[in-house]
Amino acid sequence: MTAAVATRQESGIRRFRNRWNGLSRPQQWAGVIPIVVLIYFIPVINPPFLTTEPNTNFPIAMFHGATYALVAVGLNVVVGQAGLLDLGYIGFYAVGAYVAALFTSPTSILWKVPYLGVLPLAMLITMVAGVLLGSPTLRLRGDYLAIVTLGFGEIVRLLATVIPALQGQTGFSGIGAPPGNYANGKPIFAVTNGTPWYWLICTIIIAVLLLVGNLERSRVGRAWIAIREDEDAAEIMGVPTYKFKLWAFAIGAAIGGLSGALFAGQNSHIDNQTMDVPTSALFVAAVVLGGSGNKVGVMIGGFLISYIPDRFTNLASWKYLIFGIILIVLMIFRPQGLLGARQRLLAHGRNAYQRLVGKPEQLSSDSSLAPEKDAV
Amino acid sequence: MSQPTEPVEGGIVAEVAAMTADQRAEHAEAVAEVVAADREVAVNYGDTLLEMRDVTMRFGGLVALDSVSFEIKRGEILGLIGPNGAGKTTCFNAMTGVYRPTSGQVLLEGQRLGKRKKHQITQLGIARTFQNIRLFGEMTALENVVVGTDARHKTSVVGALIRSPRHQREEREAVDRASALLEFVGIADRAADKARNLPYGYQRRLEIARALATEPKLLCLDEPAAGFNPTEKEELMGLIRKIRDDGYTVLLIEHDMRLVMGVTDRIVVLEFGKKIADGLPAQIRENPAVIAAYLGVPDDGAA
Repeated sequence: MTAAVATRQESGIRRFRNRWNGLSRPQQWAGVIPIVVLIYFIPVINPPFLTTEPNTNFPIAMFHGATYALVAVGLNVVVGQAGLLDLGYIGFYAVGAYVAALFTSPTSILWKVPYLGVLPLAMLITMVAGVLLGSPTLRLRGDYLAIVTLGFGEIVRLLATVIPALQGQTGFSGIGAPPGNYANGKPIFAVTNGTPWYWLICTIIIAVLLLVGNLERSRVGRAWIAIREDEDAAEIMGVPTYKFKLWAFAIGAAIGGLSGALFAGQNSHIDNQTMDVPTSALFVAAVVLGGSGNKVGVMIGGFLISYIPDRFTNLASWKYLIFGIILIVLMIFRPQGLLGARQRLLAHGRNAYQRLVGKPEQLSSDSSLAPEKDAV
Repeated sequence: MSQPTEPVEGGIVAEVAAMTADQRAEHAEAVAEVVAADREVAVNYGDTLLEMRDVTMRFGGLVALDSVSFEIKRGEILGLIGPNGAGKTTCFNAMTGVYRPTSGQVLLEGQRLGKRKKHQITQLGIARTFQNIRLFGEMTALENVVVGTDARHKTSVVGALIRSPRHQREEREAVDRASALLEFVGIADRAADKARNLPYGYQRRLEIARALATEPKLLCLDEPAAGFNPTEKEELMGLIRKIRDDGYTVLLIEHDMRLVMGVTDRIVVLEFGKKIADGLPAQIRENPAVIAAYLGVPDDGAA
C-alpha cells in the first residue's frame, strides 16, 4: 500500500466521521437501527460468500463470533480504556463457564440453579475473582502486571485440572440452557440450534454496550482514560487511581464471566482444554487488531478472530501464524488497530461543544494510541 | 504534524467578538461567577493557608531540602525562586504528596498532610501544574478540565451505570464549569481538540484550567511560562493576577525574574535546599544573599 492511498483512505474515514458527528442523535439512531437489524438476521439469511458451511454450522459460527465480540468488549474496558495489559483474561472467561457448568450440569455435585439465573451469578463470582486478582496485583504496572495476569490465566486452567470437583479433562456435559420449546416439543436453545443463542448474545451485547457507554461518559470512564494516559498526573488531579483500576478489573471480569457462561450454555460441554493460554492471547489480539479503546473496533476484531478460522477451515490449523503475521503488519502500518481509539467522555458534551466551538462533537483526528510520533 | 486548525464558523469566541463592550463585560462577569463562585465572599486575606515547617527532604546522601520553613498567606501570589537545583520542584512535590518529607511537616489550614495520598491532598485543596506538561493527550481540552472537576464529584460506579439523578446533575455542572474555565484561561476556541493536538501555549493554559477545576485553595504553578515569548509571558502574568483577584492563592515557581518581580506579592528564595531570603519583591531585589546566589560572589569580593 502506498502512502498516497493510505492518506486518501484516512481522509475518507475522517470525512465520514465528521459527517456522522454532524448528524443529530435521532438521525444517528436511524442509521444504526437498520444495521443492527441486519446483524440480527445474518444467520437466517446465510449469505453465500459469508457462510461457513458446509464445514461449520453458520449460526453457530456466528454465535462464536459474537461471543468473542462480547469478550473483546469486556477486555477493552481493562486494556483499551484503563490501559492495564491483562494477558490472563481467559481466566475470567473460564470462571464464568465453570460457574455455569457447576450450577446447571447434572454431573456437578452442587445444587442446581436455572440457567438464566446462573448468568448474573457467573458475573458476580467472576467480579469477585477480578477483585481478588486485582487487589494485590494492581499495585504493579505495565509489563509486571501483564506477567502476573498471564499467571492467573494459567492458574485457573490448572485448578480445573487438579481439583477433582472440576472434573479436569472429562469436564461437564448437559450444561443448562434458557427454557422454552417449539410447538413440536424440541427445545429452542438446543446445542445444534445456533440462531436463538446468537439472538440472545446479540441482545446481551447491546445491553452491555449501553451500560459500558454510561460508564464511559461519567467520571469512571474519564478516570480510566486518565489512568491510561498518565497515571501519576491522574492521581495528582484527584483521581483515586487504585480504586478505579480495581473497578476496571472487576467490570472487565464480569463481562468475561458472562461470555464464558454463555459459551458454556450453548456448547453444553466444557473441560479444561478450552481454557488455554493461546486462546487468552487471541483475546488480546482481538482487541489490538480491532483498535484498543474503540468499542466498535474491538467487536469487529473479536468477531474476525473467531470467524476467519471457521470460514477458511483449511487455514484453521495455521491460525496462530496467520494472526501473528497480520498483527505484525498491522503494527507497522496501523499501530492503532483497524479503528483507532475513540471515546466520548462527557454525558452532556454535545451541547457544550456546540456552544464553545459551534460543532456538536469533538474534532476527529488521526486518533491513535501509537507512540507519539508527532508529539512536541 | 499537528491537526490544522479547522475554520470555526460558530462558537463562543466569535460570539464574544460580536458583542458590544457592555455585553462582553457582562459575559466575563458570568464566566468569573462560575470559575470562582465564592470570590465575593469575604475570605480572611492574609491568614496562613499553607505552612512548611522545618521540611527536610533527603535522597540517600543528597539533602534536597534542608529544614525549610515558610508560609503561604491566603489570597497572595507567592514566588518561589532559586538557581537550578535549589530544590524548588522538590518543595512542590513535598507539598503535593509526591514525596513524603524525611522530617518536618506540611500543614494546610493547620491540618497536617501527613500520610495522605496524592488524590486526597488534591481533595484537601492543593492543585498543581507540571513543569513538563502532563495533559491527558487523547482527551479533548474540555474533557481534560472535566477530569479536574471530578475531584469534587461523589457519583459512584453504580450511579454512573444507571445514570442516577446525582450523576446527571454533576455531569451538567461539570461541563458548565469546565467550559467557563476554558473561556477564563482563553482557550475555549479549541475546546473540542485533543490535548495533544493543541499548540504549546494552549497546553500550558489548559494545565492551569485543569488544576483550577479541582477547586483548589492553593494553586501551584511550576514554571508556567517556560518556553513563552515576551508577549505570551505578559498575557500569562495577566492571567495569574486574574486568578489571584478571583480569590485563589497562588504559588509560583519561575525562572524569569521580570515575570516573578512583576506578578508576585512576596518571594521566597531557595539555594542548595536552604531558604536564604523571604520578603517583598523590592526587598528581594536588593538582598545581597540573593544577588550572590544568582550572580555569584566575585573571587576578589573578600579582598
